[in-house]
Amino acid sequence: MTTRRLFFFALAAAGLATSGCTHPNLVRVKPWERATLTAYEMRPDRDPIHTTMMEHTFFSRETASGGRGVGGSGCGCN
Amino acid sequence: MSYRNLVSALHPFFALVGFAAATVQAEVKVGDTFPPLASVELVKLAGGDLPATAGNVVLVDFWASWCAPCKASFPMIAKLHQEYAPRGLVIAAVGIDEKASAAVAFVKKLAPPFPTLHDRTQQLVQKVAVPTMPTSYLIGRDGRVRFVHEGYHGDATEREIRHEIEKLLAEKS
Repeated sequence: MTTRRLFFFALAAAGLATSGCTHPNLVRVKPWERATLTAYEMRPDRDPIHTTMMEHTFFSRETASGGRGVGGSGCGCN
Repeated sequence: MSYRNLVSALHPFFALVGFAAATVQAEVKVGDTFPPLASVELVKLAGGDLPATAGNVVLVDFWASWCAPCKASFPMIAKLHQEYAPRGLVIAAVGIDEKASAAVAFVKKLAPPFPTLHDRTQQLVQKVAVPTMPTSYLIGRDGRVRFVHEGYHGDATEREIRHEIEKLLAEKS
């Protein structure tokens, strides 16, 4: 087998190995497969204390408040 | 290397791409023939036996216990069943839960009066490839999908479905 033939064989093998990456079944969760995603444990706001702490950290760091149900215009002046 | 040799070398790649394209699930759309319910294993959960679907107007609704709009749509489906079943409408509510216990508990709680089934191996839902949950399909007497409803939007959905059911029931076989 010549070097050139080996090169094209390797190219075909690489194509075979990577072609599955574009298969929709691998990259998308189907609507009927979302049971786990809808579980309570998957909710980012399932712990109210944790949510409050995160929001406090966020607006303290950003020196801005509002936009998450808190009064104020977001200017940080209230 | 000649062009011929290049094509020969890449032949397996083309074959695989073709195979992948063939196995992609095609969504059932308006105008398509709906897969026969008898072609898959559906476990009866509530609402009695499924009447014969051939030659009848059929409403197939896909639901899941974890899907809040599905739960919200059940009272509407019950009303449709009460009103249109005597006129020949066949309703099949197909649950697609992976956990059979979740589907059973859901049905026990809601006690639907219409035929409610469980697609426990998810064969039917994969064949149909529903675009969202819930999705309901109105199938004409010829077995072809005539209307598709994605999601449940309360009164608006009910108005549309009623109008479409009336239209399909009025059509002769």
